[in-house]
Amino acid sequence: MSIITTNNLHKIYDETIVPVYAVNGISLEFDKGEFTAIIGPSGCGKTTLLNLIGGLDQPTKGEVIIDGTNITQLKQTEIIDFRLKNIGFVFQAYNLIPVLTAKENIEFIMQLQGIPKKDRDKRVIDLLEAVGLKDRMNNRPSELSGGQQQRVAVARALASKPKFVLADEPTANLDSKSTNNLLDIMLKLNEVEGTTFIFSTHDSRVMQRAHRLISLEDGKVQQDQKIK
Amino acid sequence: MLLSIAWKNVWRNKLRSLIVILSISLGLLGGLFYLAFANGMVQHQIDATIKTQISNIQLHNPKYRLNNEVKYTIDSPDSIIKKIEEINGVRAATSRIKSTAMVSSAITGAGITINGINPVKEKNVTTLYKKIVYGTYLIPGKKYQIFIGQKLADKLNVKVKSKIVIAALDMSGNITYGAFKIVGIFKTESTNFDLSNVFVLKNDLRKLIGFPSEQTTEIAVLLNNNDQTDLIANKIKKIFNRAISEKKLDVETWVEIQPALKLINEMFIEYSMIFLIIILVALSFGIVNTMLMVIMERVRELGMLMAIGMSKLKIFLMIMLETIFLSITGGAAGLFLSWVAITVTHKTGIDLSAVSEGLNALGYSSFVHPMLGFTYYILIGSLVIVTAIMASILPARKALKLNPAEAVRQNV
Ligand SMILES: Nc1ncnc2c1ncn2[C@@H]1O[C@H](COP(=O)(O)OP(=O)(O)OP(=O)(O)O)[C@@H](O)[C@H]1O
Ligand SMILES: [Mg+2]
Repeated sequence: MSIITTNNLHKIYDETIVPVYAVNGISLEFDKGEFTAIIGPSGCGKTTLLNLIGGLDQPTKGEVIIDGTNITQLKQTEIIDFRLKNIGFVFQAYNLIPVLTAKENIEFIMQLQGIPKKDRDKRVIDLLEAVGLKDRMNNRPSELSGGQQQRVAVARALASKPKFVLADEPTANLDSKSTNNLLDIMLKLNEVEGTTFIFSTHDSRVMQRAHRLISLEDGKVQQDQKIK
Repeated sequence: MLLSIAWKNVWRNKLRSLIVILSISLGLLGGLFYLAFANGMVQHQIDATIKTQISNIQLHNPKYRLNNEVKYTIDSPDSIIKKIEEINGVRAATSRIKSTAMVSSAITGAGITINGINPVKEKNVTTLYKKIVYGTYLIPGKKYQIFIGQKLADKLNVKVKSKIVIAALDMSGNITYGAFKIVGIFKTESTNFDLSNVFVLKNDLRKLIGFPSEQTTEIAVLLNNNDQTDLIANKIKKIFNRAISEKKLDVETWVEIQPALKLINEMFIEYSMIFLIIILVALSFGIVNTMLMVIMERVRELGMLMAIGMSKLKIFLMIMLETIFLSITGGAAGLFLSWVAITVTHKTGIDLSAVSEGLNALGYSSFVHPMLGFTYYILIGSLVIVTAIMASILPARKALKLNPAEAVRQNV
């Protein structure tokens, strides 16, 4: 059963002198429980595609359907609420609120969802355990390493119990040890909890661990292969 | 949640926030101190004018106030004074005979108001006897003494013990002359008053102009507390309401007698308030500028917050709260600093004798005790809050205009 469907998706930047076809007719389906990497050279449209799927950006043409909802038709305020309830995000950097501790950052998204305090507390601890940072929960982001920060970001993305997690180059700023560590955690969450991950990457070691590889070129899908 | 994040965000860049807070507090200190200074000056002026010149309440024949003609008198002043002095809150009352006159020395002459007083009773009502620079106050029983202002003495080129001649109209309208010997010279904070008022014993003036006994021109009433002026004026009006309705008596407060005094003072306060509002507007530009900078720096973070599902309203509120916290912290610091500065200088006073010549001509004292009522602190505190809210709208709107896709892209 597919959880995300993109139909003939286009994103054209035409304020530039030469129009840029950042996403140029992409039709894809993603299933529940996928662990998918989107790869391709710089400028091929990975970020643009993820932003369209995540409802951060409006497509020029085509549509994105998430679990039966055509998000391209949602109003501005509806889409924010939709993201809050359905999509987890991990970015390359600036994922966390600097003035809050790791625990508070994870809790924050649940507060936005209006989850009561005692339910939050339990889930925060569970998530911190899952990403192996229970002992650092009272540290602020500036007191955590880049890898630790990304792990908190993954925990935060999962805190809202989203249908899937989108991660745009989550390991781009990490050394290989932290990269492996983060992927271990993501894979474990994927296997144990069935969390759907869709992430973009440049890193061949990251690609190797994906279960499905979608490679883009010039805004088009060049190859789409299931590995596991 | 938003409150705590906003408050923590204020302290992210401590130096910058402190600079903003400092500028707000110094701006307020300047404005409030100026206000307190002006207020101290005018309150002192009111106080001095009431104490040395007009008292809180005066009674006249209603026609007298039209053009100060001596023939318009009040009947049986002593019984009136007795009744007034029985009212709670009245410190003392006295009666005066007043007439316009010419005073001349060997050198020159001047138009003045001659006040016939009872020095013993007058001391309870006005403090002119404390303003003597040469000689003494009028001595009861000694004939043909006169007590004049220094400015007038200078103009006439006379000293204590000099003789001067008073020319006045008597009750039937004929000119009459009398020679008086100066016993004392006074100097108040009002040059104008010093130049145009002389004081003699009531009986001497009575004889000079043939003023009937059992009558007077003016009754002056001093209260314990100026705030009760209107209240007690109304009580007096009630007691004498027959004489008032028969147009034999008129009761007026100092505000009615010297409307300019109150007007100038109100103007002074208004100007200071305008000055303060200008300061607040200037400060609000600084606040807006700082907060816009803050938003530029935090584009990625704000984009991330929008991406993960923080609603626009919450982002708007967060930025607004940050701005308000920043401003109000500065405002509170400013009010506190001002309170300290005003309290200290109120005790010590500020000596302006270097420029006092000009101030005295305007009727102001050269020694200023800044002061400010508690209500002003509340008023200005509220103004700061209003300013803070206004200043917060623009940055908060700016934050809303961010497009999350573009904002998060800036991480490259
Ligand atoms: N706001 C924009 N205006 C114009 N062109 C844009 C804009 N955003 C992206 N592009 C262009 O769209 C194309 C796709 O960009 P995108 O960021 O999706 O690539 P990417 O695959 O994520 O690259 P990278 O690996 O470097 O992150 C690029 O050619 C880029 O220059
Ligand atoms: Mg990219």
